[in-house]
Amino acid sequence: MSDRTGSGYLAEVSGLRAGYDGGAVLEGVSFRVEPGVRIGVLGPNGGGKSTLFRVLLGELAPLGGSVDVRGRCGFVPQTERSRLDYPVSALDVALMGTLSRIPWWRRPGRFERQRALEALETVGLGKLAGRQFGELSGGQRQRVLIARALVQDARLLLLDEPFNGLDQPSSRLLGSLLDRLAAEGRSVMVATHDAGQVRGWDLVLCLNGRQVAFGEPESTLSRRVLEATYGGEVMVLPGNGSGRDSAILAPYHHDEVAEEHRREHGR
Amino acid sequence: MNVAVQLWHALVEPWTQDIMQRALAEVVLMGVVGGALGCWIIFYQVSYSAESLSHALFPGLVVAALLGLPLLFGAGAGAAVAAVAIAIFGRNPEVGRDTAVAAVVSALFGLGAVLALSPGSPPGIEELLFGDILGVSRLDLLLAAGLAVVVLVSLCLLHRQFLAVGFDRSTARSIGGSPTLADVSLLVLVALAVLVAVQGLGSLLVVAVLVGPAATARLLVREMVPMMILATALALLSGIIGLYLSYYVGMAGGASIAGAIVAVYLAALAGDALRRMTGAGRARRQRLEEV
Repeated sequence: MSDRTGSGYLAEVSGLRAGYDGGAVLEGVSFRVEPGVRIGVLGPNGGGKSTLFRVLLGELAPLGGSVDVRGRCGFVPQTERSRLDYPVSALDVALMGTLSRIPWWRRPGRFERQRALEALETVGLGKLAGRQFGELSGGQRQRVLIARALVQDARLLLLDEPFNGLDQPSSRLLGSLLDRLAAEGRSVMVATHDAGQVRGWDLVLCLNGRQVAFGEPESTLSRRVLEATYGGEVMVLPGNGSGRDSAILAPYHHDEVAEEHRREHGR
Repeated sequence: MNVAVQLWHALVEPWTQDIMQRALAEVVLMGVVGGALGCWIIFYQVSYSAESLSHALFPGLVVAALLGLPLLFGAGAGAAVAAVAIAIFGRNPEVGRDTAVAAVVSALFGLGAVLALSPGSPPGIEELLFGDILGVSRLDLLLAAGLAVVVLVSLCLLHRQFLAVGFDRSTARSIGGSPTLADVSLLVLVALAVLVAVQGLGSLLVVAVLVGPAATARLLVREMVPMMILATALALLSGIIGLYLSYYVGMAGGASIAGAIVAVYLAALAGDALRRMTGAGRARRQRLEEV
């Protein structure tokens, strides 16, 4: 279903070293993102997931190495950061994706509104375009933010813990949306702690201050890699007759990546 | 029929007088600016900044009145001095921005009071504290109208920036927003709006029109542009009620308008509480099922 042999890569990172005034918080990162792939980005709190995203978005200059982003990047934050009492509809939020695409003094016209409505249709919320953002469920809000990235015409979507706080049906809807986006030739990089979910995707990037591993989940997610990624916080339970062990990771609070992001922004 | 005619005359009569026409024009200017900008003041939580600014420019108003200059010039100079003083003192980490604002505002306001209440000052100068909407001159109105146009055009041009940054400032940059641009622009616009409204409401009451109508509109509608339009309408309504009170009851104009703004807010608040108690709005607030 993925078009991995399309028109070249969307992003290529080589020997990346990135950080803030206090020095590097991430180093030795090298990977390539082809069109139409779903990449899980695993790592502990402070492991560098947000830093990597900021570099890919062009908000943070690398301290070393090279970063070549060819497709437009769109960031999909956690919905917890958005204010639920804010006076905007789902369509208003999707239209925010036009901010960098049309001159700042121009108001979105019919073309931009049509584009935003199409993006909301794509994420299955066409009928709720006029609904207040704060009235939507967590899963719906997450999909509105994805629609905003689609309006930005992002070829590479960077999602920050999008499954946090979602119930099973919402998670399934979001998962199938990511599958569809990849089938269209877009790529998604999803910061997550859920190693089990990542096994169903195309690639996994493990970070813990450095790149621990990158590759297909089946061959990459070994116990050694998970322990290196999470600093030995891996409990292993014996498989129940399947011949394979089941790994359970220590629970992480769902705000951790958001907290990391805020800290790195100095807020 | 006779009663209706009398009522009509009573409603129309104030506006036949030149002084009341100018007061109405000032009400329109500060209503349009305060209502529209007030919505951003509320959602960016800069009400305290707006209040501080309006207090800090008081000595500028006093000096302008003593020298016979248009009040707007004095207010502008006062606001500039306050901004520079806050910027200088606020840079000292041992002082801190909050303390710097409080110290500068108190000092400037005290200086203005000393100047205004000194024996050599002409009588009536204390009206700068509470406004003198019936004493607005044509020149003041022209200057205020010019500033109001600048504020409204800026609000149109910056609408998308304000909306995106206010929605989620920590990730606004990733979609092309600029929190710095939004914050600085908003404070400059607040300063201009204070200059527009300070003649009518004075240094102490000006914040009422910058915050009150928007706070009321927020209770009643939930989209930004309708909220701005409603806030403007409420500011105009309160202003006109205040002018009628001033004309027929003899209450101070600025205080009447501020009082009307608060009364309208309290009425909306009571209505909102009633609506919540009766559960009429409950269904809308419930989270929708996944579609």
